[in-house]
Amino acid sequence: MSNNVLFDVPGPRARRTSRIASIVTSVVIVGGLFYLYLALEAPRVTANGTETPGMFDPTRWDVITDGRMWNAILVRGLLLGTLKMAAVAAVFALLIGVIFSFARTARSKWIRIPAAVLLDFFRGMPVLLLMLFILLIIGPGAYWAGVAGLAIYNGAVIGEALRSGIQSLPKGQRESGLAIGLTPVQTRLIVEFPQAFRQMLPIIIAQLVVLLKDTSLAYIIAYPELLNIGLRQLPTTYGNRYFFTFFFIVLIVYLTVNLLLSWVARIVARRTASGRKTRRTGPTAGKDEKVGVDTAAMNAVMPDSS
Amino acid sequence: MDAIIENLPIFLGGFWKTLQLLFLSGIGALVLGTVIAAMRISPVAALRGFATVYTEILRNIPLTLVLFFCAFMLPYLGAAPEYFTFAVIGLTAYTSPFIAEAIRSGINGVALGQAEAARAIGLTFGQTLRLIIMPQGIRMVIPPLLNVIIALTKNTSVASAFFVVELIATSRQIINLRGDATIAILLGVAFFYLLITVPLGLVAAHLERKVAVFR
Repeated sequence: MSNNVLFDVPGPRARRTSRIASIVTSVVIVGGLFYLYLALEAPRVTANGTETPGMFDPTRWDVITDGRMWNAILVRGLLLGTLKMAAVAAVFALLIGVIFSFARTARSKWIRIPAAVLLDFFRGMPVLLLMLFILLIIGPGAYWAGVAGLAIYNGAVIGEALRSGIQSLPKGQRESGLAIGLTPVQTRLIVEFPQAFRQMLPIIIAQLVVLLKDTSLAYIIAYPELLNIGLRQLPTTYGNRYFFTFFFIVLIVYLTVNLLLSWVARIVARRTASGRKTRRTGPTAGKDEKVGVDTAAMNAVMPDSS
Repeated sequence: MDAIIENLPIFLGGFWKTLQLLFLSGIGALVLGTVIAAMRISPVAALRGFATVYTEILRNIPLTLVLFFCAFMLPYLGAAPEYFTFAVIGLTAYTSPFIAEAIRSGINGVALGQAEAARAIGLTFGQTLRLIIMPQGIRMVIPPLLNVIIALTKNTSVASAFFVVELIATSRQIINLRGDATIAILLGVAFFYLLITVPLGLVAAHLERKVAVFR
């Protein structure tokens, strides 16, 4: 809702008030950040009288020129730990999602109902519990436990998204598929599924960002990913005084990777949205035709975005 | 099964801790999230900028990292070491941007014409929000908010890695005692989580259908 509908165009006095408020809050925010900076920067005197340097002291930051540290964080942690797990888990999650969405929309209730129960079971479960389950009961090692936990959980979420995508398609799609002589399975695969997938692509990519963030849970089951290497292994190797430095670096790396992925998600969302618009304005677009994404269904699959 | 029954008090203790985490950080996130949402639509540019940066940072880092900050950096900044409090602070901070986004999208979901009509019949800004936008917005906001709370329920499990003895941590204790009954114990934990998430999910789905009809 754009603000200019809610109130009249501000006059000079209102504009001045808002400008003053803006300056005051800026000062408060900057002051708060400065206080935080001072608190971190101040040297500490420990109980036995030794003084530890502040958080921004050069002795805490000289490690950033060390190539081996960057190698550990970017190659071993990010590339061979986090991204490797995320990529493999994403592929499996997509596969599981597709299978779930087919099972969930199957005609036979002997397939449909168990699939629905299983989906709700997996979606209502913390990813960490799934990982522990697989680790402790099947015992494939931390890497595969992490991959499987992420794949099953996110597969269930993606399956639910694809299901609502399939069900929000106009009925005519399926009917015309059957009318030109395709079998029900062919109709689903050739006609319905590609449309549902395209429509749900933004949600699926958003879920993959969640998956990437959730690889950090593998830290808890002792898999060497970015968090484990950055905040456990490196402080042990280089000494605990670098903890803050490593924390800061890990934070920046996560932010960069996730913001990049979210940015891709936004571009894809805009593309699919504009694709729909052109289709809608086409001569065949009727008013009762429901091509757009059913927002209620979208909300139903959004819970896991946190 | 007997492993669960004989350790039921420990289980219930963990479940109670999980509920406490959920309740306290849920309330905290609702309050903080509402403040952030208000900041994001406020006419004061500095508040808008701050809220945007806050949202973008917290939404793009893992919860584990947030809890790391709370468990290891807050004591350094002078907070008394009480890991339960740190976990509540971390979960609150992490969940608040999701709450804010749910609220914002709900308010944005109210058709523009509603506000225009309200303004056209001469209602003031406050009246428009109170009488026209909010009653419709809240209806639309509740299902996504419930979904954020469901996600929070599942996220409380991460606190187990930061010295909070909730469901997952208790299950690990019990598994140490009774290694032979791992499957039953983990299924028991799953049951307790589903006890929270499934009813909430049903309520959310029910409300969603009602809202859809309402629209």
